[in-house]
Amino acid sequence: MIRSEPPALLTGSFSQASLLRLYHRFRALDRNKKGYLSRMDLQQIGALAVNPLGERIIDSFFPDGNLRLDFPGFVRVLAHFRPIDDEDPGIRDPKEPEPLNSRMNKLRFAFQLYDLDRDGKISRHEMLQVLRLMVGVQVTEEQLESIADRTVQEADEDGDGAVSFLEFTKSLEKMDIEQKMSIRILK
Amino acid sequence: MFLLLPFDSLIVNLLGISLTVLFTLLLVFIIVPAIFGVSFGIRKLYMKTLLKIFAWATLRMERGAKEKNHQLYKPYTNGIIAKDPTSLEEEIKEIRRSGSSKALDNTPEFELSDIFYFCRKGMETIMDDEVTKRFSAEELESWNLLSRTNYNFQYISLRLTVLWGLGVLIRYCFLLPLRFKEFLSKHVHLMCYRICVRALTAIITYHDRENRPRNGGICVANHTSPIDVIILASDGYYAMVGQVHGGLMGVIQRAMVKACPHVWFERSEVKDRHLVAKRLTEHVQDKSKLPILIFPEGTCINNTSVMMFKKGSFEIGATVYPVAIKYDPQFGDAFWNSSKYGMVTYLLRMMTSWAIVCSVWYLPPMTRETDEDAVQFANRVKSAIARQGGLVDLLWDGGLKREKVKDTFKEEQQKLYSKMIVGNHEDRSRS
Repeated sequence: MIRSEPPALLTGSFSQASLLRLYHRFRALDRNKKGYLSRMDLQQIGALAVNPLGERIIDSFFPDGNLRLDFPGFVRVLAHFRPIDDEDPGIRDPKEPEPLNSRMNKLRFAFQLYDLDRDGKISRHEMLQVLRLMVGVQVTEEQLESIADRTVQEADEDGDGAVSFLEFTKSLEKMDIEQKMSIRILK
Repeated sequence: MFLLLPFDSLIVNLLGISLTVLFTLLLVFIIVPAIFGVSFGIRKLYMKTLLKIFAWATLRMERGAKEKNHQLYKPYTNGIIAKDPTSLEEEIKEIRRSGSSKALDNTPEFELSDIFYFCRKGMETIMDDEVTKRFSAEELESWNLLSRTNYNFQYISLRLTVLWGLGVLIRYCFLLPLRFKEFLSKHVHLMCYRICVRALTAIITYHDRENRPRNGGICVANHTSPIDVIILASDGYYAMVGQVHGGLMGVIQRAMVKACPHVWFERSEVKDRHLVAKRLTEHVQDKSKLPILIFPEGTCINNTSVMMFKKGSFEIGATVYPVAIKYDPQFGDAFWNSSKYGMVTYLLRMMTSWAIVCSVWYLPPMTRETDEDAVQFANRVKSAIARQGGLVDLLWDGGLKREKVKDTFKEEQQKLYSKMIVGNHEDRSRS
C-alpha cells in the first residue's frame, strides 16, 4: 500500500500507473527518507555498480553539478526511455516541444554519455576515456587508441577531429534507436 | 496506537474482568498443552477465518476503488519492467546488425552504438533491480488489514501482549533457578520456546522431521528475523552462535547462556574468522554438545530469496543439516530491516501482526565432498535450501545491504566486452 501520492505536475510523460510505480521505486531507493536521491543512493544499486558505464549513467541524473535528485528530475531522465509507439503520432501539436522520448532526444541522451565536457562534440580524447571505462584494464593503450582513432575518423565528416551531434546521428541513421533505447513498464 | 487506551472507569472495569477471564483461558488452553506438546485445532481455524476475511477485504477495496475511479496500487513481485534475458554478446551483435548495412563478419570491432546496450541495462537497474527489491519488505498482492485500526485488531493485540509477557516471565522464573540441572533445563527451554511460539500465535508446519539435526553437527538455515531462532529452537535442542546484541536481546542472551552452552561473539570478534572457526570446531568435535545453529547469510533478508552464504561455517568440515524456513507473508511480515527498526519496534510489530505462519523443512544432511572447496559447498547447501523453500537463489552477497559491490563483477563485464571489440588481435594485425 502506498502512503502518499506522487507530485501531480508530471502528467504528460508517463501514464498515471507508471508514475505510481516510479514513485514507489524512488522512495525505495531513497534509503534515509530524505525526499531526494543522492549519487550514493544510485551507486548502491548493485547491478548498476557492475555496469562499466555506471558512473556516466549516474552523471546524467546530476547535471550541472547538482547534488540532489528530486522526483521530477528522476522522471525527466527516465522519460527518455519510454517506448515511442506508446503515443499516437497524429495528435501531437507541432508547436509543442518535442517529447523526451523522441528519436532525436534518445540520440541526444546517448551522445551526452560520450560527451564528457558537454561541449557538443566528442573529441578523440573523450572517446578514449569512455572506451577505457567500458573495457577496464583488459585492453592495451595502443589498441584502444587505434579503435578510438578509427571510430572518430569514420564518423567525422567536416574533418575537425571530433564527432558533433549531427555527425553522430548521421552515422546511426539506420539504427533502430526506438527499440534499443526503450524500456517498457508493465501495466 | 493500541497503547493509548482511554481511561474511562467503565472500560477499566471491563478490562479487569476480561483479563481475569483471559488468564483462566490461558491456563487451560495454552500453558497446559504447551507443556505436553499437544495443540488444539483452534489456531488452524483462526487461520482459515483470517484468510476469508482478507479475501473479502481485498474485494471490497477493489470495488471501492473502481467506483471512485482511483488507481489501486498493486505491487508486482516480478518487477515493474519488461526485460528480455539476453546476454551482452547477443544484444550488442543485434544492435550492430540493425545499424550497419555491411555484412556482419566476425571481425571484432567497436561501434558507436555499443553504448546503447550499457545505457539501457543501466537504466533498467535504476528502475528495478533484484537486490533493492529483496530488501524492501516483500510486497503483498492482497492487503492484509494491518494498516487499519479497528476494534477487533486492538482487542487481539492486547491479548497477544499479555501472552508474550507471560512467556517471558515464565522463562526467567524457570531458567534462573534451574541453571545447574541440565536435563530439566533442556525441557524447560523447549517448553518456554513453545510458549513463546504460542504467544506469537505462530502456526508452524514442520516437514521431514526425521532429518532433524543431531549432536556434533551444524544446523544451517536462511535468516529472516530473530524469530527464526524461536521457531527452530521450539522443535529441537540447539546451541546458538551469534552476535552479542545490546539492549533487550542482550539480556535474553545472557539468560540463555546460563542454562545452556551457547557461543556468543562480539561483532568485532566475528571479523576474526580464525577465532570463530576454532571455537566452532571445538564445540562440534565434542559429540555430547548440542548441534550448533548458524545463519550463514549474515543479515536478515526479506524472505523471498537466499543470498550468498558466508563460507566460514562451511570450512569446519562437520556435517551440515540444512533447514529451510519460509514465512507466509499474508499473515504478518516477519522481515526485520535492522537498518530501519530497532529490536523493540520490531517486537511490537510482530506482536501486533495477526499471526506468524511459516513452514520449516528439514533437509537431509550434507557433507563437504573432497574436491569441493568451502564456497562451492556453501553454494550447494544454499541452492538446496532455496529450492526447498521456493525461494529465489541469488548470487548477491547479503552484505550488499550495507556495503557497495565488489569490483570483480564489473571486471567480468569489461572482459566480456573487450573480447568483442578486440578479440584475437593477431587476426587483425595479419589482415
